[in-house]
Amino acid sequence: MAVRLRVNPITCAGHGLCAELLPERVRLDEWHYPVVSREPVPPELEPLARRAVTDCPALALLLERTR
Amino acid sequence: MTGITQSTALWYASRATGVVCLVLLTVVVLLGILVNRQGRLPGLPRFAVTGLHRSISLLAVAFLAIHVITAVADKFVTIQLIAAVVPFTSSYLPFQIGLGAVALDLIAALIVTSLIRARLGRRLWRGVHWLAYAAYPVAVAHSVVSAKDLRSGALLALTVGCVLSVCAAACYRLAAAEYRRRLAFPGWRLGAGR
Amino acid sequence: MTSATTMAWPAPAVNESPSLPRLLPPGALDLDGHVQAYGPLCYSGAPRELIEEIRAAGLTGRGGAGFPAAVKMTAVADRRGRPVVVGNGAEGEPASHKDRHLLWLAPHLVLDGLQLAAEAVGARRAYLYVHGHDWLLRGLGRALAERSAARWDRIAVEIVAAPPRFLAGEESALASRVGGGISLPTFKRPPVFERGVGGAPTLVQNVETLAHMALIARFGAAWFRQVGTAAEPGSMLVTAHRADGESLVSEVPIGAPLAGVLDLGRQPVQAVLAGGYHGAWIPAAQAAALPLANAALRQAGASLGAGVLAALPADRCGLAETARVLRYLAAESAGQCGPCLNGLPRIAAAFSALSRPGAGRRYLADLERWSGLVAGRGACHHPDGTVRLARSALAVFSDEIEWHLAGRCTAEPPAGDLGSAGEPGLAAVPFLPLPAGDSGSLMPARSRHGWR
Repeated sequence: MAVRLRVNPITCAGHGLCAELLPERVRLDEWHYPVVSREPVPPELEPLARRAVTDCPALALLLERTR
Repeated sequence: MTGITQSTALWYASRATGVVCLVLLTVVVLLGILVNRQGRLPGLPRFAVTGLHRSISLLAVAFLAIHVITAVADKFVTIQLIAAVVPFTSSYLPFQIGLGAVALDLIAALIVTSLIRARLGRRLWRGVHWLAYAAYPVAVAHSVVSAKDLRSGALLALTVGCVLSVCAAACYRLAAAEYRRRLAFPGWRLGAGR
Repeated sequence: MTSATTMAWPAPAVNESPSLPRLLPPGALDLDGHVQAYGPLCYSGAPRELIEEIRAAGLTGRGGAGFPAAVKMTAVADRRGRPVVVGNGAEGEPASHKDRHLLWLAPHLVLDGLQLAAEAVGARRAYLYVHGHDWLLRGLGRALAERSAARWDRIAVEIVAAPPRFLAGEESALASRVGGGISLPTFKRPPVFERGVGGAPTLVQNVETLAHMALIARFGAAWFRQVGTAAEPGSMLVTAHRADGESLVSEVPIGAPLAGVLDLGRQPVQAVLAGGYHGAWIPAAQAAALPLANAALRQAGASLGAGVLAALPADRCGLAETARVLRYLAAESAGQCGPCLNGLPRIAAAFSALSRPGAGRRYLADLERWSGLVAGRGACHHPDGTVRLARSALAVFSDEIEWHLAGRCTAEPPAGDLGSAGEPGLAAVPFLPLPAGDSGSLMPARSRHGWR
């Protein structure tokens, strides 16, 4: 069962906290919007990922559990 | 300690923590607006701005708790504990204390919803969070009508300073409904990175 | 199921496809004409039976995505909660006319399909989502009145008007609009087939797909498979924009030669656009050898889409035509997602710059970077489709790009002339159709007006 970070591009306003908290999975494009990697989040990064989800000012991130 | 001295200590504690609470709430509102406008504090990452906004709000809650407890514990005036949450039920100065209760209820709603914001979902959390713009004026009103010493001297200056800064920040925030880091597309920026 | 019957109009010559046309009668059919032509509407009685027949027929969606209809219907029928069915006739794409043609000529086929689909998934509410042309709404209103007088329909059908926007027909925009909101795409989690109109599982099918369903219910899967290919059975409606400027909607078997559909031999053609404004360009020589089927088109980097085909005459500037379309697509962005809102106008502006002779080479690098940044990062597929068009143009018109970088243009009249819009570099009369009144702005409208 893999955990993946996903962004809702409609609610995302480009704050950029996610890229600060989890640079292993999120980088910012030239317009300051997050490019979220489809790679699964390993267990050691999960607390940071969860923090990114909670701290996002726009609540635009979610953690998906698939397969 | 005689009864009167103890009462005076509690009385001062209540008023002092009240003032601190007001200042902290001011900082919280300013930080909240800074987060919304995607602003930064020099030398700090963005998650620190949100972190500070959260930490200082919890600190404000702590001071609010002491403010309420000392006011209730003070035997010189009769303020029931219940009057701190149910507005306008205090025996002493019901209106003034009642305003404080309203502010406390609103702040409680803000804090609780923010603690579970990821579970609550964006719409619900955001809807409640707008109440901050109600909680702050009510808290100020409570302070001004309850404490005579806020109406003169240094404390007046402090109060006025707090209120003016929040007003200015609020106007700035409300002027642009939703902040999106979108650049008004300028054709001549082609070739540049951003 | 009734046994196969013949159509009321004469069959074409023996060496052509024996059972076309199916969907498009010679003239608009009222209810009586409809019954004469096709026979009565036959409800299956068992909700899942039609789905199995459609699965055997191999019917795929005709709205552009080409998703197997039976799979979609099963997914909706399996969800908890009473489903809703919506017939999507809001083609949105300026170059596509097939849906409104079908709705004008054979509305009862579409409405039959809507009833059958509703029965198959167990829906009690049905909607028809179309652009608000007066003539269309009147025609559909008449058709519905006839059906209600004859007690033809089991479920009442509500017509919902879509705004004249490119994205109006997008699945989640449709679900939002039919549910009473504005027609803007949403973040599809959960997907529309799970939670759509009013929170109910929603089956969205293109009106042409519904029309095919109505015929499959009458004549069976084997009959449906008599035309088309084994992998992609059936016929489809195409909107063909020929090189001589004529545009027509016709029904063709899938797998028919593209050269015939577009009459490619008639005058010199440099490239073919397949799949509409979210499709891709194909060089003319390659296109002339292709059949009209996804299997072949995908290898050429394109797809059938909603059946929009255009043959670009050799004397036009492909870059200028593409630049115009990209400007339109940028302005039609919903403006909700940062990458699309930022990327599409920049891509359009860079392409416009390239479409003028004497452009700098740096635009190519910009275009490549922005295309990579924008694809897949929106809530809907608008940025993906736009990037597909831009990339295919860069590939197919690469020679033209070199001419432009060198300060020349091979189009006649030269694209350096001032066009009627007063814009240097764009030919006077555009070939690819776009709505009138291009404001020139590359930015999508900020307000929510115009989305209702």
